[in-house]
Amino acid sequence: MFRWIVWRDLMLAWRRRTDALSTLFFFMIVVSLFPLSIGPETQVLRSIAPGVVWVAALLASMLSLGRLFASDYVDGTLEQMLLTPQPLYLIVLGKVLAQWVVSGIPLILISPLLGVQLGLSHQSLLVLAASLLLGIPVLNLIGSIGTALTLGLRGSGVLLSLLVLPLCIPTLIFGTGAVEATLISANPEANIYVLGAVFVLTMVFAPWATCAALRISLE
Amino acid sequence: MEHRADMRRSKIHWYKYASPAHFYPLANKLIPWVATVAVILFIVGIYVAIFVAPTDFQQGDAYRVLFIHVPAAWMGMFLYVLMAIYAVIGWAFNVRLSSMMASSLSITGAMFTFLALVTGSLWGKPTWGTWWVWDARTTSTLILFFLYIGFISLQSVIDDPRRADRAGAVLALAGVINVPVIYFSVQWWNTLHQGATIRFLSQPTIATRMLIPMLIMLSACWLYSIAVVLIRLCCIIVEREQSSVSFTEEVNA
Repeated sequence: MFRWIVWRDLMLAWRRRTDALSTLFFFMIVVSLFPLSIGPETQVLRSIAPGVVWVAALLASMLSLGRLFASDYVDGTLEQMLLTPQPLYLIVLGKVLAQWVVSGIPLILISPLLGVQLGLSHQSLLVLAASLLLGIPVLNLIGSIGTALTLGLRGSGVLLSLLVLPLCIPTLIFGTGAVEATLISANPEANIYVLGAVFVLTMVFAPWATCAALRISLE
Repeated sequence: MEHRADMRRSKIHWYKYASPAHFYPLANKLIPWVATVAVILFIVGIYVAIFVAPTDFQQGDAYRVLFIHVPAAWMGMFLYVLMAIYAVIGWAFNVRLSSMMASSLSITGAMFTFLALVTGSLWGKPTWGTWWVWDARTTSTLILFFLYIGFISLQSVIDDPRRADRAGAVLALAGVINVPVIYFSVQWWNTLHQGATIRFLSQPTIATRMLIPMLIMLSACWLYSIAVVLIRLCCIIVEREQSSVSFTEEVNA
């Protein structure tokens, strides 16, 4: 069931490739707005680079979250999924995993390129990609709670960000903290480990909350 | 007083007040008393805070805003936890009144958090020389305010009250689990970025003449919260239960 859900969501995303691509381009555009608005000084750009890339990734994953349950909700598939004897927990986890593959991995792959544009060093680029690798699934998992809560509500896009962004702040802090540590030649491991811990904890608890939220929204 | 005698006689009467129809008259009786005591305490507290408490030798008279700032900040935090507890009880045991309580607490809590932020910056300008400092406490209070806003806006967007109650409970639970994580991460972030430039913890411990008005103001804020939350709760009860026959019968009787 788990593999089936992942496979199905990946196929659906593949048939609508532009959705994933637009998230990616949104991410790139937001990052390139910063040099344009702040100025091209390498020193300044390097010092703000971790934050800029992370905030842009956060916003991009918020945008893509709207699609996590929306189409299944509209055509009634989600209701059928709730009725299946299979644990809803696995279904949610599968959908979030597929979501991460579709919209998270492109962000992670493109992030070193954006880092180079902002003047990050080789080691910082690696840490940036690693922190996003651990961080974006956390954002997706926390976001899935918000998406499930706001299913079918008016103005749910803005509301979703309002609900989810404050909860994502710790992830943002640890993610940027790891990259910033490399800027001052400190060891980024501590932040990466904490990020890993946050990832494991959200992976255990967030799908549970998402299941509860889905049951509430589809009652 | 009748009610209290009732409660003493048998334990089951406590549960009676979990029903909006029974709680409504009780709340209506309590509100004037609580509100009166709150007003008296506010007047006494403000008088003592302004005229009796000594001037601080470091901060001058500007520190007096702390008599409202500290209780407001405490209330903001307490009320969030309280709101989450009520919301989760309402969700888990299907107690409507508990969920209504959570909704009415959220607005007072957000108000106090906002007040804490505003008074904090009013105090910061003369004392620290700046309106806003990204220190750990200020930042986590700001995030707490955002959490309140999320809860309130989620509930206001959902038209079905039962769904609003439960969705709010899930969000409040996620928020309350996150609050310590946010607090520690912000503290860590703060030390990572810059050492604390301003230390105000190293002052001599608070003088008794300053502590007393603080405690009076704190109790005034508690009673104010109880009064306002009960008033709002009564409004919510009337709004939601007007169609229920048992409620209208009970209240008209």
